[in-house]
Amino acid sequence: MAEKRKIEFDLRTYMMIIALVSIWIIFTITTGGSFLTPRNISNLFRQSVFTSMLAIGMVLVIIMGHIDLSVGSIVGLAGGIVAIFDVWQGMNPLLSIGITLLLGLIMGLWNGWWTAYRNVPSFIVTLGGLLIFRGILVGITRGTTIGPMGDLFYYLGKGYLSKEFGIIFAIIAAVIIIFIQWNGRRNKLKYNFEVLPLKLEIIRIIASVALLIIFILVLNAYRGIPVPLLVLTVFLALFSFITNKTIFGRHIYAIGGNTDAARLSGINIKQITLFVFMINGLMASLGGIFLTSRLNAASVAAGDGAELDAIAACVIGGASLAGGIGRVGGAVVGAIVMSSLDNGMSLMNVENFWQSIIKGLILILAVWIDMTTKNKELS
Amino acid sequence: MPDILLETKNIIKDFPGVRALDNISLKIMSNQIHALCGENGAGKSTLIKVLSGVYPAGSYQGQILIEGQEVNFENIHQAEANGIAVIHQELTLFKDLNVAENIFMGNEIARAGYINWNQMYAETQKWLTKLKLEDVKPTTRVGDLGVGKQQLIEIAKALVKNSRLLILDEPTASLTDNEVELLMDILRDLKNDGVTCIYISHKLNEVFEIADYISVLRDGEYIGGDNKSSLDEREIVKMMVGRSIENMYPQKNNQAGKEILKVDGLTLSNWDNKEIVENINFTLHQGEILGIFGLIGAGRTEIANTLFGYWPGQKSGNVYLNGNELNIDSPREALNNGIALVSEDRKRFGIMPPMSVKENITISFLKRFKQMLVIDQNQEIIQASELVNQLRIKTASLNTKIVNLSGGNQQKVILAKNLLETPAVLILDEPTRGIDVGAKQEIYGLMKNFAENSMGIIMISSELPEVLGMSDRILVMHEGKITKEFANQNKNVSQEEIMVYATGGKIDG
Repeated sequence: MAEKRKIEFDLRTYMMIIALVSIWIIFTITTGGSFLTPRNISNLFRQSVFTSMLAIGMVLVIIMGHIDLSVGSIVGLAGGIVAIFDVWQGMNPLLSIGITLLLGLIMGLWNGWWTAYRNVPSFIVTLGGLLIFRGILVGITRGTTIGPMGDLFYYLGKGYLSKEFGIIFAIIAAVIIIFIQWNGRRNKLKYNFEVLPLKLEIIRIIASVALLIIFILVLNAYRGIPVPLLVLTVFLALFSFITNKTIFGRHIYAIGGNTDAARLSGINIKQITLFVFMINGLMASLGGIFLTSRLNAASVAAGDGAELDAIAACVIGGASLAGGIGRVGGAVVGAIVMSSLDNGMSLMNVENFWQSIIKGLILILAVWIDMTTKNKELS
Repeated sequence: MPDILLETKNIIKDFPGVRALDNISLKIMSNQIHALCGENGAGKSTLIKVLSGVYPAGSYQGQILIEGQEVNFENIHQAEANGIAVIHQELTLFKDLNVAENIFMGNEIARAGYINWNQMYAETQKWLTKLKLEDVKPTTRVGDLGVGKQQLIEIAKALVKNSRLLILDEPTASLTDNEVELLMDILRDLKNDGVTCIYISHKLNEVFEIADYISVLRDGEYIGGDNKSSLDEREIVKMMVGRSIENMYPQKNNQAGKEILKVDGLTLSNWDNKEIVENINFTLHQGEILGIFGLIGAGRTEIANTLFGYWPGQKSGNVYLNGNELNIDSPREALNNGIALVSEDRKRFGIMPPMSVKENITISFLKRFKQMLVIDQNQEIIQASELVNQLRIKTASLNTKIVNLSGGNQQKVILAKNLLETPAVLILDEPTRGIDVGAKQEIYGLMKNFAENSMGIIMISSELPEVLGMSDRILVMHEGKITKEFANQNKNVSQEEIMVYATGGKIDG
């Protein structure tokens, strides 16, 4: 019985992947194959990194039943600060990154404190934050564009890992995947729980390892793994782990599921709300550093509206704005869907206004499909 | 011989994999109050949805006849146009709108879209008088009224639509005894005015008080029905559960042990410095079930919440746990000290709807599964499934979302959640509200077992039979004070005695 539920669940995860693959197939056909070249795939993933980073932080906030509208402004401000340190002050790049991330945490702390300890609705707090952080950015940069950035930032934004490293990375990742799957299975067997038949299990492991290797080979066929993609992968793994495996993660879902019940279950709502907003501030400032690196400069308009892309990615990835539902992996797939649309339509020379209209329609459609399948599940 | 107002013929309604209604043929006589009884999942709600057009014609088999004419409702509005109105268990009023706006919601008195407020207020006043709500004004905000009065506003809302058939689904689930009496009076008045009622309730004493005719459903089938005068309570219960329940309240075979909890001079006031409860003193012993009875507003829930570290206002007085002064101000500290609370409002304070049965059970004590940084999810499954088995929770799997369970099973999950680490003091606030007879009896059985294993249980309840049947001692509260303590080891206290003190009859007597 438990197994049946698991398969259902996987089906929904796969549905999003199926949607993504269909989008890719459509674009491959409409662009006469230029969508599916290694070069374009590599670009596509690099482009999606920025929104993915924001979506990873945002999805935690959304699962908790809150919203953060200040993300785009944190991106802009963090990007501006790191540029000021690097270009104006000539500070050590690692130190400037460290201080910027710390300031991102503090911006998240600001949002979280007002939300958790002063009970101001997060929509209002972060709407205020959106104006405040953008205002600070304009103030400290005096409205100018700051650049060019140093070498390390160029590497962070546009660098690639050597192909040999790509292979090593693939092997390490494959070993980790096999170990985790096998260990999980062994533990379940120890408790006499139901597991997949050995054959299916092996097929599943081989399939996921094969996918990984194909992906790395495709990236290597161009220039190797983009550095930002590697950083994103680390954070994706980290936050998937936190949400799925830790008490902290479970508490986030509980707060979003029913705040009052969570309080009576002895969960420290205020503290967790504060932490989640801090994490989101951290991820947004990380996104700011990568955006500035990629553009090789900080401008006052950087990251404008990025919070909406991040929210859209979370929602396309199955998160519910009512709280309690959502997944980190889903949010990243959502971000890749959005980037695929951008990338594919640009290749087709679709005019900008059409791109915007189509993305809007797809957002609505995705949520509609998600809700109808959910309703079916319930009735 | 009265006329048949509504008749169903061989109604069958299938859901994927389940037959929810199986050949239901039922006659509702006009000018009668027809009670519909059955456990949760018996098909009562489904039947109502068929009758009121929620499930459109074609989605079920069989016929519905109103005064001999076949009707096929496509939607709720068509049912309403035919005089059928449903008052759901969960009130559907708009709390921030006033009484008149609510009563005429979707039915506003208007010309060319322009609302005639004066006429609407005048009409509302008429209904308020009729429903004996003299102290409510048409402009009163509905959220400022008590639940009982809101229930009556809901009835007014149905009557405004010229309803001939009023379907009430568990109307008294959250009403106090006085409010129930008032509702009964009004239903009788309405009957005299020619309104027919279908009255759905778990509470058999109410059913016997008000109904003319009683029908019983079980597992989607019509089991039987008869005039009230030819039935008795035991028979109905037997028809409902398919077996006879000899002893609703199990006999507890232990003596109270040493004192574990002592409340000394507890006074609570809210932020406006208004006193909610005053100078409360009581003790709780191991293995004892202490019943606290009082009408809504007596301050029972506030005491429970305070013991659980969840009182936002001011407090004075002391609480001692095993002789040591207990100073807590969060549920976490209460749980860590072995005090558990099952709240009266399962929806608001109990379940976490998007989460699974397992996750709902383990959420309060996840620390016990912590290994390094992670939750040991295998251990979690083992311990959760032990509780599911022990409490006989009916669920497809541990991963089923809790919202898909019946009310009684949801309540058992909330109970399980508080038993993951065996508490010394278990506070149950309205433990059997809104659940069916079978599940109630199981919960009573569990309470007995817990007490025999020397847990101290505080049971707060508005249901007198349950307080009398389960408690070893009974505290009666009235307006924030304990007005009387009864010893009840022999279950010989009478309902009348308790009601006298609960209504403040003889405080000094």
